[in-house]
Amino acid sequence: MTLLRTPTALLGFTILVVLALIALLAPLLFPADPLAIAGPALLRPFQDASLPLGTDRLGRDVLAELVHGARTSLLVGLAAAATSIIVGSVVGTLAGFIGGIVDEVLMRITDAFQTVPGFLLALAFVSVVGPSLPVVVLAIALSAWTGPARVARAEVLSIRERDYVAGARAIGMHPLKIAFREVLPNALPPVLALSSVIVAAAVLTEAALSFLGLGDPNRITWGGMIAEGRAVLRSAPYLSIIPGIALVVTVLGVYLAGEGVVEASAARKVRA
Amino acid sequence: MPLLEVSGLSKRYRRGDTLVSAVDDVSFTIAAAETLALVGPSGSGKSTIARLVTRLIEPDAGTILFEGTDLRGLKPSALRAMRGRLQIVFQNPLAALNPRATVGRVIDDPLKIHTGFSRGERRSRVASLLERVRLDPALASRPIHEISGGQRQRVAIARALASSPTLIVLDEAVSALDVSVRAEILQLLKRIQRETRVAYLFITHDLGVVRAAADRVAILDGGKIVESGIATEVVSNPQSAIGKALVAAAPRLPRG
Ligand SMILES: Nc1ncnc2c1ncn2[C@@H]1O[C@H](COP(=O)(O)OP(=O)(O)OP(=O)(O)O)[C@@H](O)[C@H]1O
Ligand SMILES: [Mg+2]
Repeated sequence: MTLLRTPTALLGFTILVVLALIALLAPLLFPADPLAIAGPALLRPFQDASLPLGTDRLGRDVLAELVHGARTSLLVGLAAAATSIIVGSVVGTLAGFIGGIVDEVLMRITDAFQTVPGFLLALAFVSVVGPSLPVVVLAIALSAWTGPARVARAEVLSIRERDYVAGARAIGMHPLKIAFREVLPNALPPVLALSSVIVAAAVLTEAALSFLGLGDPNRITWGGMIAEGRAVLRSAPYLSIIPGIALVVTVLGVYLAGEGVVEASAARKVRA
Repeated sequence: MPLLEVSGLSKRYRRGDTLVSAVDDVSFTIAAAETLALVGPSGSGKSTIARLVTRLIEPDAGTILFEGTDLRGLKPSALRAMRGRLQIVFQNPLAALNPRATVGRVIDDPLKIHTGFSRGERRSRVASLLERVRLDPALASRPIHEISGGQRQRVAIARALASSPTLIVLDEAVSALDVSVRAEILQLLKRIQRETRVAYLFITHDLGVVRAAADRVAILDGGKIVESGIATEVVSNPQSAIGKALVAAAPRLPRG
C-alpha cells in the first residue's frame, strides 16, 4: 500500500491504530471507575506491577486515567475536526458557487472568526455556555472551520468554471444540487488534507481547556491530569509528564499519518 | 413559426482592459426536424453561440426565441423545466462530464429531472440510450474518468437525448470520434431526427459532415455570419472568401 510506504507514515498510522484501540477498549482494559482510589497516594511509576504508572495525589491509577483520557482526546479531536470540515465545506461551497453578495457576506463572517484568536474564542464560548463534551467540540470548531471554508471556496471557484458544471445547468439541475453534488465532492480532497492539522490542533485545544478547568468535569482528560499534577510538580513531576507525553505522541501520530495521506494522494496524482 | 429564432445576438468578452467581440449581430432560424450547420475557423465564435443559444451565458444584445418563448424572460424554474427540450453536447468530451459520476448517473440525471419515470423504468431507459449510441449497457456502473474520450462523447450524446429534446446543439460533437464511429453516430442522429423530429444546430469544421448531415449551413467568421444557404449549394459553390478557403482546405471532400 502506497499509504504506508514511507517510515514516517507507517509510524503515524501505527500510533493512531494503537491509540484508537486503547480508546475503544478502555472500558474492557480498565473496567473499574478510573476516578476510584486504587492504592496509596503518589505511588511512583514502575514500583507496583498492578499500578505500572503509579498513582496520583488521591491514589488513583494513572494508567487507567491515561487510557480513559485517550477516549476524550480522540473523541473531541475527531468530532471537532469533522464539524469544522463539514461547516467549512458548506460555507466555502456556497460562497464560491453563488458568488456576489452571498460570497461577500460569508467571507466577511469568515474573516471575523479568523481574526479572533481561536483559543480565546473557545475559552469565551465554554465560559458562557458551560463545560460539557459537545460544548467543547463546538468551541473548538468555532474557529477551526475557517481554514476549510477558504480552501473549499478557492477550489469551488476553479471547479465552477468547468464544462461539466455548465452541463449540469444545461440539463436543468437545481443550482443547490449542482453545488453540493457536482462541485463539492470534487473540491473535497484539498479540504480533507487539512484534517490532520485540525485534529492535532483540536486535541491540543481540548487539553488546554481542560487544563484551565473548562473541560467536561465528568470525564478524565489529559489536560485535566496535567493541571492536577501541577500542584505537586516538584515532588511528583511524572504526574504532569506522563499525560504530556501522551499528548505529544498523539499529535505527532495524527500529523505523520496526515502527511502520509497527502503524500500518497500526490503520488497517485502524478501516476494518473 | 420556427423552432428557434435568434436575432441580433452579440457577445463581447473582457480581455484585460479591452472588450473582444466574440459574436457580433448574429441572426438565424432553425425549423423543427431541421439541421443547421454552423461552420467557421477556430475562434470565429461557434462555441460562444452554442452557449448563448442554450442560455449558459448571457448575451450583450439580441433575442432568442425557442418554441416561441423568449428565453431571457423566463423565471429560473421555468428555464430549468424548459432545458429538457433544449440540449447541448459540448466540444471537449474530457471536460463535459463530472469525472466522479458514473455513466449511469450522468444519463439518469436528465431522466430524473424531466420525466416521471420510476427508478426501474429509468434504469432500462439508461440501458437503451447506451445501446442507441453503440455502448455496452454494462458501462452504466463505470465512473466517467475510467472511460475514453470517444466513449464519453457518446455518453454525452445519450444524455442529451434522454429528455427527448426538440433541439440539440452539437458543438463538434463527432469531431473527437474516429471515422467509423463518427459515421455510425451521424446515422444514428439522422435516424433519431426522422423518428422524433428533433432539430440540430450542428457545429463543425468538417465540410464533409456538413454535406452529409445538414440541410442548411451558415459560415461564421470573426463572430459574424458571412454566408448562409442550402448546405449542398454552399459547399459546392461557396461565395465568401472564408467559405472558399474552408472548401479548399477540406480534405477528402467528394467533388460534384
Ligand atoms: N470565456 C472566455 N473569455 C474570454 N474570451 C473568450 C472566452 N470564450 C471564448 N473567448 C474568445 O471568443 C472568441 C470566440 O471563441 P469560441 O470558443 O466561440 O470560438 P470557436 O469558433 O468555438 O473556436 P474553436 O473552433 O477553436 O472551438 C475567441 O476569440 C475566444 O478567444
Ligand atoms: Mg469551439
